[in-house]
Amino acid sequence: MAVRAPRRIARTSRRNFIAAGAAAAAALGMPALLRAQPKTVKIGLIHPMTGMFAYNGAQAFAGAKLAADEINERGGIRSLGGAKIELVVGDSQSKPEAAVAEVDKLSEAGVACFLGGYASGIGLTASQAAARQGVPFMSDTPVSDQITGRGLPGVFRFGPGFATITTAALDALVAINDAAGKPAKTVILVHEDGAFGSGMAKFLAAELPKRGFQVLDSIAHPTPTRDFTNIGLRLRAARPDIVMPSSYLNEYTLLARSIHQHRVPVKGIFSVIGGGASNFKFIREYNAAAQYIMDCNHWIDPNKPRSKRFVKALEERKVDLTYEVMLNYACMLLIADAIERAGSTDRAKISAAIASSTFEDHIMPYGPTKFVGGQNQGAQPATTQVQKMDIEVIWPQQFATAKAIFPIPQA
Amino acid sequence: MLADPVFLLAVAFNGLTVGAIYALVALGLALIYGVLHIINFAHGSLLMLALYAAFFLFTLGGVDPYVAVLALAPGFFVFGYLLQRFVIAPISFGRDTNVLLVTLGLSIIFDNLALYLWTSTTRTINVPYAQTYVDIGVTAVALPRLVALGAALLVGVAFWLLMTRTDLGKAIRAVARERQGARIVGISVEHIFAVSFGLGTAVVALAACLLLPTFYVTPTVGYAFVLIAFTTVVLGGMGSFIGALLGGLLLGVVEAFSGVLLGESLGQIGIFLIFILVLLFRPTGFFGQRVA
Amino acid sequence: MRLRSGQAGALFVLAAFFLLLPQFVTSSYWLGLWTLTLFYALLGQSWNLLGGYGGQVSFGHAVFFGTGAYVSAVLQVKFGFNAWAGAAVAVAAGGLVGAFLGAVSFRYGLRGSYFALVTLAFAEVFRVLVNSWELTGSGFGMLIPLRPGAAHLQFTDRTWFYYLILALLAAACALVWWIERSRFGAYLVAVRENEDAAQALGIDCFRVKVVAITLSGALASVAGVFYVQYFLFVDSHIGYGPAMSVNALLAPLIGGAGTLFGPLIGAVALGALSELTTLALGKTPGVNLLAFGVLLLVILRFLPNGLMGLFRGRA
Repeated sequence: MAVRAPRRIARTSRRNFIAAGAAAAAALGMPALLRAQPKTVKIGLIHPMTGMFAYNGAQAFAGAKLAADEINERGGIRSLGGAKIELVVGDSQSKPEAAVAEVDKLSEAGVACFLGGYASGIGLTASQAAARQGVPFMSDTPVSDQITGRGLPGVFRFGPGFATITTAALDALVAINDAAGKPAKTVILVHEDGAFGSGMAKFLAAELPKRGFQVLDSIAHPTPTRDFTNIGLRLRAARPDIVMPSSYLNEYTLLARSIHQHRVPVKGIFSVIGGGASNFKFIREYNAAAQYIMDCNHWIDPNKPRSKRFVKALEERKVDLTYEVMLNYACMLLIADAIERAGSTDRAKISAAIASSTFEDHIMPYGPTKFVGGQNQGAQPATTQVQKMDIEVIWPQQFATAKAIFPIPQA
Repeated sequence: MLADPVFLLAVAFNGLTVGAIYALVALGLALIYGVLHIINFAHGSLLMLALYAAFFLFTLGGVDPYVAVLALAPGFFVFGYLLQRFVIAPISFGRDTNVLLVTLGLSIIFDNLALYLWTSTTRTINVPYAQTYVDIGVTAVALPRLVALGAALLVGVAFWLLMTRTDLGKAIRAVARERQGARIVGISVEHIFAVSFGLGTAVVALAACLLLPTFYVTPTVGYAFVLIAFTTVVLGGMGSFIGALLGGLLLGVVEAFSGVLLGESLGQIGIFLIFILVLLFRPTGFFGQRVA
Repeated sequence: MRLRSGQAGALFVLAAFFLLLPQFVTSSYWLGLWTLTLFYALLGQSWNLLGGYGGQVSFGHAVFFGTGAYVSAVLQVKFGFNAWAGAAVAVAAGGLVGAFLGAVSFRYGLRGSYFALVTLAFAEVFRVLVNSWELTGSGFGMLIPLRPGAAHLQFTDRTWFYYLILALLAAACALVWWIERSRFGAYLVAVRENEDAAQALGIDCFRVKVVAITLSGALASVAGVFYVQYFLFVDSHIGYGPAMSVNALLAPLIGGAGTLFGPLIGAVALGALSELTTLALGKTPGVNLLAFGVLLLVILRFLPNGLMGLFRGRA
């Protein structure tokens, strides 16, 4: 099954949703409702709700909210007498100092665990503050390997970091290229100039030659960049076989449009955490520019039943399916599972429960969870490709929903 | 690649079309600076509001951005007029540092109002002509870019005519040069201030309509342009329209070439290096000491 | 040169309040907030020296702040400097950047908003440079390894950070107080009030302004050093982005530019304002900042001289 683009809610789907909720409540026999009002477990979300990354923060919140709502609908944390999960949002304002202040505030407000970070700079400072307060901190999307590499106790990352993602991206690229008879030999990297884009580019520039690709150029651009025409012109002049972009959503969109408009004769666009490539909004609005773009990114395993329910629930909530939503949803499930097993809101116990987690009932293509030094060992990205109106998983093969279309068919 | 004249010409021309947008944004700022001698920190936020206005006219009313100019330019003129007359002037008491704070406060208000009302989602429109390409020999240019370039030049000429050929223009120049004197001869300085602010805001609305087909809107989009607009105004000579126009075009070209030579990231420095060079050798800017 | 008894009393109460504050504030959130407030006050005081007393309004104070943060971070991480030694060099570097910027722009008689925009442009140049340079960590920024201990200028107990910033702010205020009463301070105010007249009186305006911007740059880089030791991280947007430049001028302008306690009062007021709006309206993103902006305008409308205007009006 491919993940369908979320469309407008049909009336029936909302009715189904309510019916499903009622059925779930009935199935549980509503024991929680009969008891005295159970207490709540507070989870602190450190997301950028305002500022440069406000869109990503809103997406991240939507993912955590969906998971928390589902858990609460099914009776909350059972080992705590059906305690409900209460999300407390700390707006990091896309700034480290605000993130730290929010961590302090929420840890005094009694949150059992933190989830968030988004960008590496915010994630690094916020997780440090949480460690100082002794509150476990689950990183959602920061990719810097320093997050867990510093050895701070209670700092976890469920998703993959730089090294894992780029290695997986290279494996996928080589496999796809080999399967097509090695048509691609040259690469140009286009990346945003912050921690994430520069990190990707540096690693890729070092590794690509070892895998038989020649890196013709590495083009850094700022966020925001006002105009991608020149990059389009440069790409057309240099004629690389493959363009590998790593940028945030807005820049990614402008770049893809520029490549398309200047008819850069590439055999493939293969992005690493592309920002735009796995965003249905982009695919709906610029379908022609988005066609055949591959992206190695945080992505769900589309074949899991839970993933199918997840995608449907997002459609009902009119939330775009993006990696922030996926990771926050999955992390929230994992945290709830840890609290369930800890049977306590004690932070040290929750931290220990996360550290020993083998949680498997999530939507990511990771297998059972296993944290070593705070990093989930099974975490890996998936490589997707835009095919018509859908985002198909094309790598790793055990999760694939379609075959890669490479090189781009010439019209 | 760099020895290829076709490529270089393409880069230069593209720089001009990008510079046209800078010029338009800077033109409004230059007018406001030239007359009121204030730095309008809210300029980027006004651009953002105009982009949203154009976006909603298109998505909800089906009005093409180029048509929307007809409504938005007058609308934003009135908005700017009222803003200066009834908010900025009374609150700042005419003091430079207070104007700075008031416009800063306004930008915080506008940005967060946009975030609250329209969320942080990136919005774009898809007009058919955005994909239309005009072959100008060395390169194919997106139609909206050519339109923006033409519009910038036209607006430059229109402003020049307004300033030199009309009574309003004379009044504005009089106020810009000598406030007290203008007041004595019976010009309402407050009115002229507000008119200048309104005109500056109207140009921003025009810039927004020209920009939207090839760009996007978010609550923070203004910051992408505001720093460059400040630089353009200084480069052109504070308060000079011709300076702002040529400064904007020049910055577009400089940015394009330094982007190609140094990479888009480090290439941003090209603009500021030019800026510092101008500062060292011609501190008044290219067209400084001239009010209109 | 002596304090009046009322002033001395106020100073005593103020000093007692801030010294004893950690005794009453056990919440690390509140202590952190006070620490941040004092940090903004320090940054504001550095702006105040140049902008408030000297009338040279800077839009780019981040250029000094970032230099302090980056120089101390780079020296520690890349060259193995001790944090204290790095801090000393960083402060000197901040002063040097100030002297250079001042020499370049004042030599050409740049004033008013022109000077403001030039400082803004310099900050941008630095931002682009550190973001592209391998030595300054390029896009990654600089992460200082966690090494608790006074020898490394890092403290596990954040009360020490509070006292550190309090001491730094007190020293900065003492410096400004001394300048206010010195011949140099009188020259500086004369330059602000009427540069041509000051020049005619034989004051070397250029020299006065360059000294002021050098001191101001050094003070702002002290704030930069503190920031990087406190958060252990800096990147190009934090260090040289426009946000920090705005922070530097906001507190003194709200509190009262050209007054000794303006920056502190402004920082406290802004901190309180931001807390209150978040407390009341923090549920929906943006609404609290919206209210913050509106209240900012209200303050300006009724207190055009800043909050210090309240006290001066009565005196």
